[in-house]
Amino acid sequence: MSKRINAIDLNVYYGDFLAVEGVNIDIEPRSVTAFIGPSGCGKTTFLRTLNRMHEVLPGARVEGQLLLDDDNIYDTAVDPVTVRSMVGMVFQRPNPFPTMSIRDNVLAGYKLNGTRLSRSQSDQVVEEALKGANLWNEVKDRLDKPGSGLSGGQQQRLCIARTIAVKPDVILMDEPCSALDPISTLAIEDLINELKDTYTVVIVTHNMQQAARVSEKTAFFNIAGTGKPGKLIEYDETTKIFSNPSKKDTENYVSGRFG
Amino acid sequence: MSTPTQETTTPPPPKAQNSLTQGTLPRWTWAAMLAGSVAVAAALAAALGAAFGAESFLMPLWVVLVPVIYLPAMLILQWVRINKRKAIDGFWKNLVYLAFLIALLPLVSVIWSVVSVGLPGLLAPGFLASDMSGITGRIDQETMETGGDVLGGIRHAIIGSLVITLAATVISVPIGLLTSIYLVEYSRGSWLSRAITFFVDVMTGIPSIVAGLFAAAATAWFISTASSLGLMAARPYTMGLTAAIALSVLMIPVVVRTTEEMLRVVPNELREASYALGVRKWRTILKVVIPTAISGIASGVTLSIARVIGETAPILVTAGFVVNANWNLVSGWMATLPVYIYRQFQNPIAPAATEPSEQRAWAAALVLIIIVMLLNLAARIIAQVFAPKKTGR
Repeated sequence: MSKRINAIDLNVYYGDFLAVEGVNIDIEPRSVTAFIGPSGCGKTTFLRTLNRMHEVLPGARVEGQLLLDDDNIYDTAVDPVTVRSMVGMVFQRPNPFPTMSIRDNVLAGYKLNGTRLSRSQSDQVVEEALKGANLWNEVKDRLDKPGSGLSGGQQQRLCIARTIAVKPDVILMDEPCSALDPISTLAIEDLINELKDTYTVVIVTHNMQQAARVSEKTAFFNIAGTGKPGKLIEYDETTKIFSNPSKKDTENYVSGRFG
Repeated sequence: MSTPTQETTTPPPPKAQNSLTQGTLPRWTWAAMLAGSVAVAAALAAALGAAFGAESFLMPLWVVLVPVIYLPAMLILQWVRINKRKAIDGFWKNLVYLAFLIALLPLVSVIWSVVSVGLPGLLAPGFLASDMSGITGRIDQETMETGGDVLGGIRHAIIGSLVITLAATVISVPIGLLTSIYLVEYSRGSWLSRAITFFVDVMTGIPSIVAGLFAAAATAWFISTASSLGLMAARPYTMGLTAAIALSVLMIPVVVRTTEEMLRVVPNELREASYALGVRKWRTILKVVIPTAISGIASGVTLSIARVIGETAPILVTAGFVVNANWNLVSGWMATLPVYIYRQFQNPIAPAATEPSEQRAWAAALVLIIIVMLLNLAARIIAQVFAPKKTGR
């Protein structure tokens, strides 16, 4: 169910512009890894290369190797759709499908792909996914109501439910709490703690307390200046990054003396 | 729990003179002023009319004089009694109302004249259920002389309008929808997409008679080529399908433009959410993008139908004109409502007794307006029904 991620000399481009340079990182299965760093340093860009969402943008491309349990997802013969069905993603802003009910939103991964499920199968998938996202008790009586009628925090958990419903191996989260209030944030963080028992979770966050709370390992990205590529500066145990980082840049950033 | 003791302070009595006040006018000022303007304008118009002996000039002069008196009077009154800013604000507000009324005038008068003149014809027995076959000048002449009900109807024209417009919709919607899907989802700003956008804009401005001539020429060429190759027998190019092609030339750019706008406003986040679930691009477009935009697409299509259903010239050169019902798109001439109206006015059945023809023409115009209004209503209902649900808490 859970896979190891291994990036080898990964360069990420937008057209001719090198956005992220030379990333080498080894992410353990069944763990939570946080990406931190200043805005524009390439954390989100790098995250989106992990499920080939980066190349959805015009002109975007990637060089290097990215191994998912020893399989290079950037091999020319690999279909990005296959990669994305194994590596799920939760976005910064909750984006449930507005035309669908809560139930259909959870089943979106199946329904949109035309997979037929029997009534009992789909009921089971919906219940499991919503329970897995800690949303079941709040919505079980109104599964046929539109998903866009939920609160922001509930919508984000609905998006997580939608992601885990298709049983991926890896879950990527791009600042999943930045649009949420502290209570909803806490609910998502608790959820991340449960998800790591089953999935490899990678989370981008601007909130260093959050990184310290939820992650086992932390990667610090930085950028030398505007127009320069972002780089992975340091990748280590979260406790070490926040207490005793080996690089000066990391120390400046985590202690708030940045820039 | 001890509640903090509130000091019981009585609010200070209002000052005799509030320093914030300014001059005010009672709420009914504008109504009184308007009534005054109407009265003064009437007197003035009567005086001028008497002075120049132009009685027929009186009524329009009166209508024109009302705002001419009312606007400056309100301006001066507010300027004197309130302040300059309020006065100018009010002046411009009144100008905007006036412009709105002037813009509304033609619409209301068109609807009024069509309804008042067309209603008797519409209520004549059998007007919707019969066609014009067998209606000769002699019959109209007799109707005029005896004062009986006007015979003949528009059944064939309604059938022609609906069949031709439906065929045009069936041709244009897939082409227009697929073009806009290419433009929004696949082109990525290539030279081809810029060329398409440019030519669609050019197509929007094509005069409708040119579209009719194009369709006639294209169909004639197609038939002659096909028959010379022995694929089909030679036949006249005037038929409903040719008219439908002409109308679709006019419809396609409208459909492309409206659907393109609707697809563009679908948030990119939804596409990415779908991709991230491992859904292919064509399925994302089919199941996420189009359902999200369907209300706008449907109302855009309905409005484009309303746009072409009133076309006269391209029908005249492609489908001709007949007096009886023809359901067959690919054989024989067809009549539509606009062409019917045109013919009844231009070539009355009885040249010596034009009134029955005119009554039929007005009634047909009323039916056409009702159909267009129903289409607009349908567009609104469709947009409402298909719109993504927002509530449900």
